Amino acid sequence: MSMLAEGRPTKQDADLNMPEQNAVTTHSGNRALMVDEPLIFETGSSDRSGVDFPEAPDVESRLGGLERAAPIGLPGLSEGETVRHYTRLSRQNYAIDVGLFPLGSCTMKHNPRLNEKMARLKGFADIHPLQPVETVQGALGVINELAVWLIKLTGMHGVAMSPKAGAHGELCGILCIRAALEARGDAREVILVPESAHGTNPATAAFAGYKVEDIPANSDGRVDLEALKARLGPDVAGVMITNPNTCGLFEPDMKAISDAVHEAGGFVYCDGANFNAIVGKVRPGDLGVDAMHINLHKTFSTPHGGGGPGSGPVVLSEALSPYGPLPFTERFADGHLTLVEEETVAERHPDGFGRMTAFHGQMGMFTRALTYILSHGADGLKQVAEDAVLNANYILRSLEDVLDAPFAHSGPCMHEALFSDKGFSNDLSTLDLAKGMIDEGYHPMTMYFPLVVHGAMLVEPTETESKAAIDDFVGAFRSVAERAKAGDELLKSAPHFAPRRRLDETQAARKPILVWTEPEEFAQAAE
Amino acid sequence: MRYLPLTPDDRQSMLAKVGAQSIDDLFVDVPEEARLTGPIDGLPMHAGEMAVEAHMKALAKKNHAAGDMPFFLGAGAYRHHVPASVDHIIQRGEFLTAYTPYQPEIAQGTLQTLFEFQTQVARLFGVDVANASMYDGSTACWEAIVMARRITKRGNAILSSGLHPHYVSVAKTMARFTKDAIAYTAPQLDAATDGQSLLDQIDDETSCVVVQYPDILGRIDDMSALAKKAQDHKALLIAVVTEPVALGAIQSPGEMGADIVVGEGQALGVGLQFGGPYVGLFGCKKKYVRQMPGRLCGETVDAEGKRGFVLTLSTREQHIRREKATSNICTNSGLCALAFTAHMTLLGEKGLRELALLNHKKAVQAADRLAQIDGAKLINKSFFNEFTLILDKDARQVVRQLAEQRILAGVSLGRLYPEEDSLAHGLVVAVTETANDDEIEALATALEGALS
Repeated sequence: MSMLAEGRPTKQDADLNMPEQNAVTTHSGNRALMVDEPLIFETGSSDRSGVDFPEAPDVESRLGGLERAAPIGLPGLSEGETVRHYTRLSRQNYAIDVGLFPLGSCTMKHNPRLNEKMARLKGFADIHPLQPVETVQGALGVINELAVWLIKLTGMHGVAMSPKAGAHGELCGILCIRAALEARGDAREVILVPESAHGTNPATAAFAGYKVEDIPANSDGRVDLEALKARLGPDVAGVMITNPNTCGLFEPDMKAISDAVHEAGGFVYCDGANFNAIVGKVRPGDLGVDAMHINLHKTFSTPHGGGGPGSGPVVLSEALSPYGPLPFTERFADGHLTLVEEETVAERHPDGFGRMTAFHGQMGMFTRALTYILSHGADGLKQVAEDAVLNANYILRSLEDVLDAPFAHSGPCMHEALFSDKGFSNDLSTLDLAKGMIDEGYHPMTMYFPLVVHGAMLVEPTETESKAAIDDFVGAFRSVAERAKAGDELLKSAPHFAPRRRLDETQAARKPILVWTEPEEFAQAAE
Repeated sequence: MRYLPLTPDDRQSMLAKVGAQSIDDLFVDVPEEARLTGPIDGLPMHAGEMAVEAHMKALAKKNHAAGDMPFFLGAGAYRHHVPASVDHIIQRGEFLTAYTPYQPEIAQGTLQTLFEFQTQVARLFGVDVANASMYDGSTACWEAIVMARRITKRGNAILSSGLHPHYVSVAKTMARFTKDAIAYTAPQLDAATDGQSLLDQIDDETSCVVVQYPDILGRIDDMSALAKKAQDHKALLIAVVTEPVALGAIQSPGEMGADIVVGEGQALGVGLQFGGPYVGLFGCKKKYVRQMPGRLCGETVDAEGKRGFVLTLSTREQHIRREKATSNICTNSGLCALAFTAHMTLLGEKGLRELALLNHKKAVQAADRLAQIDGAKLINKSFFNEFTLILDKDARQVVRQLAEQRILAGVSLGRLYPEEDSLAHGLVVAVTETANDDEIEALATALEGALS
């Protein structure tokens, strides 16, 4: 068996005990439905186009003498070629539509197609953000109706709808806190964040100008309440707590934490990424939370789209609501809706901290989320949380005999089950297990997060998986876990059956190639 | 409930497996006094597709869709025809329902399209590199200002008066918390931009100069002199493009020396959508790449030596660097980037240039027609597909009046700059390939009526 310098086998057929299949080679290098697709820069042409336009009117240009002369270098394809290019590429992707997607903390649930259909109604898709408010009463109605749902589901006082994603929502919440503190002339400098937090939490606090300090955890994977209390003081602006937390556990002391923080003059930010576990079961407002973002692309099923767009509305307590950003909708007693923006801010929202984004937020996500919420209703949303939690606990108890589950002893988990790499053969890691799951036909779980658990594996099945689908997944997971414990070397070179073998991320970072260049230029650049 | 596959029997057997009597046993960590016992009061129960669809359609019908009437709004969001295949492509479940490509072996579809997107954006902007997208143009603009602070270690940003006022608002909001100094004044209704005044303001304390191209009033100005002066003072020139189609007709900011070019990509593939989701474009010179915010896709090889793509340079990012990250951004605007890149692939250079020319020439025709109206004066000497008229009346009233006649006439500057009385008569009119001659004439006739 030939090996690369780093000790990985070079060829698939050397790894596998299936010589008859792998001995077959093809002229193209393709394997039936597994087809490589070149870049558009290799197949397209700058004088080919998939769009036809009418003649432009014969008038003089008025471009201020800045006409573009040099070639831009943008290849075109005909319509058929374009559709085929992207269709072929799409087949190299794993997706929820393809199978269970147990990415912890990401809530990869089914994306209902009614949501897509509703977002494409011309009355929502084909309206401009600066049309007179009289011509967009239905759009404002969607925003307002969704806002009411979010407020009632969380037991909060107000909601800022404009943040563009979860991290943008975090920033919104922290800026509300900062504005509220500034309004009372209180210059606090520190935000406390648990070690187990999403990376966005400390990044957000720092971006907003705060010093970030860790909150210690106890051995049960929860915030250490006494240690937190000991750290609170006049320099602490607030805490950022994820609840349910990133170990998949509910923080039972949440109310006591909030009370202590309030007592010390600070505010409580809750990362709502894991709201799917508790929607309809408990309201963050009843636990003393001052601000919490809600990822509409998690709990409320708007599609992740290969990395966005997200949407991160932030629900606010009565204390923080006056400081929320522009714009927002306001409903008058007669049902008429208006937008509070720069024109009326002085009168309607004088303490607001300003504008976070150009327009009104992710309208396309609002229509999808509202469609989803109306489909489920108050009863269905409660069932969502219950089934999500049941599915996760079922996985936890189905795997805890083969995998170390560091917090399983402390009771049930919420919507995600956490395992560690304890007991793996010395030369195999969480990464190897994850790549083994790819060969089994699954997207892997979240790896190496939270940081507080060694070789963490965080599994979130969501409520939209059936028992049969979960049983199949558990079977595959058990098998790969057993192989990891037994030291099966083939895991080290997994995946064997994906469109690509393991990719060299070190090389990608050391000599970044971020755009395509013509081969001859590339050759020169490499010299 | 149609999205929930567990049957009552499944739930019972699964509860037995986990050793729970009832579902509430799994919620024991939630303090009992906070636990809800039934569905939240005052909210409706679940509903079937037909009922939900009827509800949403009733709301949609209350809006005046742009395609149903003469429509001339721009100012940061533009209505272009999106080819049917673009929407088909972004609805492929393998794109629509995928996550951020953390497992590259099974995400090459998303990653290769991002690599192609980055290359298209970099070439369109005339810069070396581009990232995998931002939330939108306004947040990309602020991130560029922050990036300039990191590079120059200075906190004084100069914003052109031609920058979209919402972008200015975002920058001012954030600067209030970060203590950056923002120099900005509102624009004047004049054919000349504030280019000269910006030149005079640049000094050794300046971190960056931010100019929009074409600007909020539609004017096009050469930024080469600004680039040079900025460079002389070791400051950065940031160009903001809110209408990327324009770059099919006019020189790119990169060609004129801009260090960072950001923009709003909505015009290609994404649609109006009442303001979002949109797609922020972000490109820069190669030497600044490690200071860039956001996701980056890079080329590499797999264990068999085959070309493949991965997310890279993640040591800049929040999930690795935490409080030391270049930005807190996590999710970007992946699906909108796919729409942008698919539309750009369909167009190709030939299509983009034709589209740009069509937009421009239609706008020239419309501007000349509207400038003939008594009580309307065109301020622009240069423009792409958007220009500014000074009306005899408050433009806000005129816009409302025309909306009642089912004509969406443009964006009044009073809406954008409520505090600037000098701008109250300004109307920004955008004319894209979607406006036909009859619609332009309908606008002209209605304006004549409103101004007479």
